[in-house]
Amino acid sequence: MYQVFYLYIWFPLLAYFISLFVPRTKEKIISGLAIATTGIHLVCLSIFTAFWAIDGGKSLNIDHILLYEGDEYRIAIEFYFDKITAVFACIGSLLTFLVAVYSKYFIHREGGFKRFFNTIILFFFAYNTLIFSGNFETLFVGWEILGVCTFLLVSFYRERYLPVKNSMKVISVYRLGDICLMLAMWMSHHLLHRNISFQQLNDGAMIGGLAQTHFWEILFISCMILVAAAVKSAQLPFSSWLPRAMEGPTTSSAIFYGSLSVHIGVFLLLRTYGYWEHVAAFKALVIFTGLSTSIVAISIAKLQSSLKPQIAYSSIAQIGLMFIEIALGFHTLALFHFAGNACLRTYQLLVSPSVQHYLIHDMFFNFTPKPQVNNGRAFAKLKNSFYLLSLKEWNLDTMQHRFLWSPFKWIGRKVGFLSGKVATAALIALFASGIYCYYMETTIPVDVFSTLPLVFSFIGLMLILKSFSDRGDAMHAWLSVAGGQLFIVLAVALHNEDYSHGEILLLLSGSLVSAVVGFICLYKVRVIDLDISLSKHHGYVYEQPKLGLVFLISCLGMIGIPFTPSFVGIDIMLTNIHKHDVMLIVFVSVGFLFMELAILRIYARIFMGQHKKAFHAIASRSA
Amino acid sequence: MISTASTVDETNVHAGKGEHARHHFDVKHVLHEMKHYLPSQTPIKDFIHHNSLHAFQQMKFFDAIFKASKIFGFQATLPLHEFRQLYQVGRIKNVVLERVIAERKGTQLLAEWKENLVIKEYDDITKPRIGLLRNNWKSEHRIDLDALVHPLLYRVICSYLDQGIATWQFPVTNLGFLEAIRSLEKNSYTSFFKTKRAKSLLLEGNCTIPGLLKIVVGNEDYYEQYLYDQQFSHKGWSGMVSVVEDFPATLYDQRKVSLNDFIIFELLLEIDALDKALGKWRPLAEAKKSRPVDLFADVQTTELHEVLTLWQHAFEWSYYDEVLAGLASGKQTSQPVTAKTSFQAMFCIDERECSFRRYVEQCAPDAETFGTPGFFGVEFYFQPENGKFYDKLCPAPVTPKYLIKESGVKGEKKHELLYTSKTHTLLPGFLLSFLFGALSAGRLFLNVFRPKMSPAISNAFGHMDRQSTLTIENKDIADRENDLQIGFTIAEMAARVEGVLRSISLIKDFAAVVYVIAHGSSSANNPHHGAHDCGACSGRPGSVNARVFAHMANHSGVRVLLKEKGIDIPADTQFVGALHDTAGDEIEFYDEHVLNAQNRRDHELHLVVFEKALDLNAKERSRRFASIDTKGNLKQVRKAIKDRSVSLFEPRPELGHGTNALCIVGGRQMTKNIFLDRRAFMNSYNYKTDPEGTILSRIMAPLGPVCGGINLEYYFSRVDNHKLGAGTKLPHNLMGLLGVANGADGDLLPGLPLQMIEVHDPVRLLLIVEHFPDVVLKTVQAVPAMYEWYINEWVHLLAIDPQTRKFHYFKEGVFIEYEPLLKAVGTVNNMVELVESAKIMQTNQTVDATLENLPVQVLN
Repeated sequence: MYQVFYLYIWFPLLAYFISLFVPRTKEKIISGLAIATTGIHLVCLSIFTAFWAIDGGKSLNIDHILLYEGDEYRIAIEFYFDKITAVFACIGSLLTFLVAVYSKYFIHREGGFKRFFNTIILFFFAYNTLIFSGNFETLFVGWEILGVCTFLLVSFYRERYLPVKNSMKVISVYRLGDICLMLAMWMSHHLLHRNISFQQLNDGAMIGGLAQTHFWEILFISCMILVAAAVKSAQLPFSSWLPRAMEGPTTSSAIFYGSLSVHIGVFLLLRTYGYWEHVAAFKALVIFTGLSTSIVAISIAKLQSSLKPQIAYSSIAQIGLMFIEIALGFHTLALFHFAGNACLRTYQLLVSPSVQHYLIHDMFFNFTPKPQVNNGRAFAKLKNSFYLLSLKEWNLDTMQHRFLWSPFKWIGRKVGFLSGKVATAALIALFASGIYCYYMETTIPVDVFSTLPLVFSFIGLMLILKSFSDRGDAMHAWLSVAGGQLFIVLAVALHNEDYSHGEILLLLSGSLVSAVVGFICLYKVRVIDLDISLSKHHGYVYEQPKLGLVFLISCLGMIGIPFTPSFVGIDIMLTNIHKHDVMLIVFVSVGFLFMELAILRIYARIFMGQHKKAFHAIASRSA
Repeated sequence: MISTASTVDETNVHAGKGEHARHHFDVKHVLHEMKHYLPSQTPIKDFIHHNSLHAFQQMKFFDAIFKASKIFGFQATLPLHEFRQLYQVGRIKNVVLERVIAERKGTQLLAEWKENLVIKEYDDITKPRIGLLRNNWKSEHRIDLDALVHPLLYRVICSYLDQGIATWQFPVTNLGFLEAIRSLEKNSYTSFFKTKRAKSLLLEGNCTIPGLLKIVVGNEDYYEQYLYDQQFSHKGWSGMVSVVEDFPATLYDQRKVSLNDFIIFELLLEIDALDKALGKWRPLAEAKKSRPVDLFADVQTTELHEVLTLWQHAFEWSYYDEVLAGLASGKQTSQPVTAKTSFQAMFCIDERECSFRRYVEQCAPDAETFGTPGFFGVEFYFQPENGKFYDKLCPAPVTPKYLIKESGVKGEKKHELLYTSKTHTLLPGFLLSFLFGALSAGRLFLNVFRPKMSPAISNAFGHMDRQSTLTIENKDIADRENDLQIGFTIAEMAARVEGVLRSISLIKDFAAVVYVIAHGSSSANNPHHGAHDCGACSGRPGSVNARVFAHMANHSGVRVLLKEKGIDIPADTQFVGALHDTAGDEIEFYDEHVLNAQNRRDHELHLVVFEKALDLNAKERSRRFASIDTKGNLKQVRKAIKDRSVSLFEPRPELGHGTNALCIVGGRQMTKNIFLDRRAFMNSYNYKTDPEGTILSRIMAPLGPVCGGINLEYYFSRVDNHKLGAGTKLPHNLMGLLGVANGADGDLLPGLPLQMIEVHDPVRLLLIVEHFPDVVLKTVQAVPAMYEWYINEWVHLLAIDPQTRKFHYFKEGVFIEYEPLLKAVGTVNNMVELVESAKIMQTNQTVDATLENLPVQVLN
């Protein structure tokens, strides 16, 4: 009878699809749907969990839907329920329910009322998929959709500059986490020669043995997981995205960045503990990450003079402690810590505007000026240095930009010559020759043939990077990123002959259709406006909201968001890359990282940001 | 009554400086000028309404707004397409439109102009001058200085000014801003800067604005414009710095900050960013190609401007005409002379009291109500018991010389456990996340399903403890504190009581009980709560003023002096102070124990009247709140209204001054049976007792700055909610307890948030005075600061001739007769029906929102 818990995932999804069809002005139906969904979910889940706990609390596993079966691997949706799931799911349900009720009033009459609740329900689905997931593939479905929800909610006020800029910032870091998780899955496939479920992972014995024989592989997987967890939970060196994500309505900030989304890293570490519990060095690394984050984050929190970032950094510091708890094996403690921190920060964010009155009132009756000593003594000097460093957020934001993104922008600019008629013709010729090679493999010398995947994936990557840093016409950038993807697929096809037509088609069916639709959207904008360069924001969503929506969907299709065939296609394609082809996997994964960024950047520049035609009130850039 | 003529401070003396000297750059002068254009909103705890474009006030309204629009890129009116939609739905009336065009363009050109207004296509995209010069960094060097400089700049200034959010304070706050920066830079192993030059400039170089501008800009001709570009790229913070510089006492924890220091630091950060990004670079003036147009150069009036002007007039007069038709057709009810007045009640002129007064009169037909500014003529600082600071309780421009102290407060100040800053520490925070985690989940559950008052909610009734004692009377002139006299002497009291009573002409026929009802507003989770409190009390509840006034008026010594001056208040007449919470619709009375036995019995009966009136008032207000079922029974509606004011999730505890459009100075009989939908400020006045207009002059002096200020702040926040308002409240984030910003890196946002203005129709205030036009003209002309509001058309002025009952509209210095186009207005037979059948807006877009405002009607 416990085996029906997959309904906790499908139920929100159903609600999401229904919510899409409710007219914009029917606020009561839209919010009612969200409240009913989360409310029923909460009640059923509580009862379920109680019975389950009384019954002994044995972990449950369901092999739910088979998505794809190949010779070596099968991709399936699996669900899993244990105490970690129970805690995360219950807290998630409770807080989402409360926030949904709160938002019914709070978001009332906001232009994006429907958009907000759509996204919240979608988020709720993604969160549950992630929490209930029984294997990496399922987890990744939730993970990806969660990322998209984040992008949509940070840029909720899409007609202003800063939310759009910050949503790009957040999604960029998130994307790094996605890729790391993909690589962890990829290595895991190769290591175990099958897709492993979390239940098997927690058996322990199997991985324990592997840790002896395949130390580096296990370490690689663990490190990838840690990066993904650190990204999602805003640990060092990625912390600076969290305060910047507080751009949406306070309720969405509360549930995303105060409570649920930000604790996903904690969940991931708990869930994958089986991989790394035998690797002492890695545990030390997790402790180091948690500890250094706690110290840095709390120093920044203490001097924050603006409220939401203060709460964000305090939360990050506590999550750092959770990382330590997990590494030390205190998992129940970590679960309680998560539950407490999530509720507390949600509450703090929701009531944050009232702090104004509370503190001023308190000050009115209790203020005493603090004495200050400004001397040049070494200790005071050290303390000042620490203050100044924390005030600058330990340069985390600038460093991230400098080391993570600038080099790739630079490369992208350097290969700017890949545009123009001649270059395009050459690329098409090259691609055609690649296809020729694919079919005429036997006629090509082996040496030459073995280098082809690298060459093609490199070209693909360069095209994507070019698009990523393109400041010119959006349509060119769009074609360039689509072309880049084709080159990469071709490279993998050349690399592994097992990569079948069907599998390739699966990938391309989603992205090619999206590419065409997206191109048409951009063309339509160009009909209105000659200048659709990517050097600035155009904000077309103001006058073309429908077109914006279609373009957004085609962007997501291009990226290979779950629900599209490309999603499975990408996973299969990666699996087709052999373990030892380091360069190829680097090119392909970096390519996929920047592909999403390049695509969303085009969306952001053309459709979001300040509307370029000021015949109505437009927010200042700094607002 | 206190003269507030000095209110219109000298900030209004600037604008339209078209041709200023180009060559010599005088920092002091430039900064002095710039300060007038920057937002002048004080830290948000003292939210005081004012004309958002006060710097342009000595120009004519339309010239001013179009000029401001051209310079700074504000939207000055509703967008053209919205005017057209308003016309299509009939909200702008065709007859009015045609009359407006005919009057201004002549009947021959009527058809042509009408076509321009309704059909013709215009390029209505605003292309502001501000930012063009500094933008060259981006176009010439691909340097986004804003992105490189602003985040750190905001964080540093916010940390320096912070009033108590950070638990680790800025290390140096006892020095001026730049000195503090310098000291920190010197005494630390790290730096504010990434490169050497900026650091050495700060520590030993020529660290002045001209010195640094020479490096950044190079050519003296461009200095001024560059500074405007730079400072207006974050006008919120610049404005805050400028205000704190001018009024340091506006902060509890004071700082010595100046715009000069702030600009120097910003220029240093710019040099640092440019050095880092470009290495070697030349000043901006050398690299740029063309000279941008001077910011303040005259603005050509375009056809589009004329079109918008006509639309605005048509929009305004579509409403005014209806109001005047209503006033004309309203029955002139005079008080029945025979019936004894059961009680009298004085309210604030605030338009939110409009409906409350109506219901009090409806529930007690033998009662009489008055309107007067809600500080009731008593200006003082108030010090609550154990308070470390004083609260000013009078209109903002007045500087009181008196102090009233509270003592004997019953009950303790409560604290809210979950607001401790200990959660922002590592190890205590660790323990607290377990303890408070469960607590906050439970609290959130209760907040959502059972909202109730808590210490974190701004409570109008918490401003003063009703059981406390106040030092109202000064018995010894030497009794002073911080240069303020504690309490008023009897003569001073009598003067104030007399002033108010004469201004509302309550000098005879006193009822046995006279209520003095101030107002305040409770709201939860609302940094803008000050904007909902009493504007005449500097954004605080007026409870102390009401109590003080009642005490004064009851004082036997004062009665004696009043009698000498001809105001004979019967011995059994007693005054009772009260506070009305305009959000929760509750009322609290003060010092009821002084009432004599008979009055006490009557008071018990009056309480029933007030409760009933509040029920009805709550019902009328509820029609605009989608979450409340207006048709529900009275008590349920009242409870829902009360809950709103203490609900954390409610961004609209009340709608503040939204929809305000009128100010009526005259007798109540003029408006008593007209439904004005809570849109009128009402100041009681009797022309018969003031043939020369001396009282009128005192009444009118604060109406410009207070009512006009409120109205214009709503106007500008409505037409450009992004640049002149604060945008939607939902993403707001508190910055240093000074103000709000969007998200973590945003600029401070002065002005009103979307939730407060969405019901507001952006029309200017129509001030209606019941007196002879020549007296009104003489009165307004006597004080130039007051005259400016009307002659420059920031507020419309209209006189009603008390004898002929004809309307006289003030236009270009003279009164001309106005005949309403509308001959009769509708009739309301049943208020309940009217309220219950009123439609609620579908969206908050202008056209939908305006349909929520009900037409003027005669009450039957």
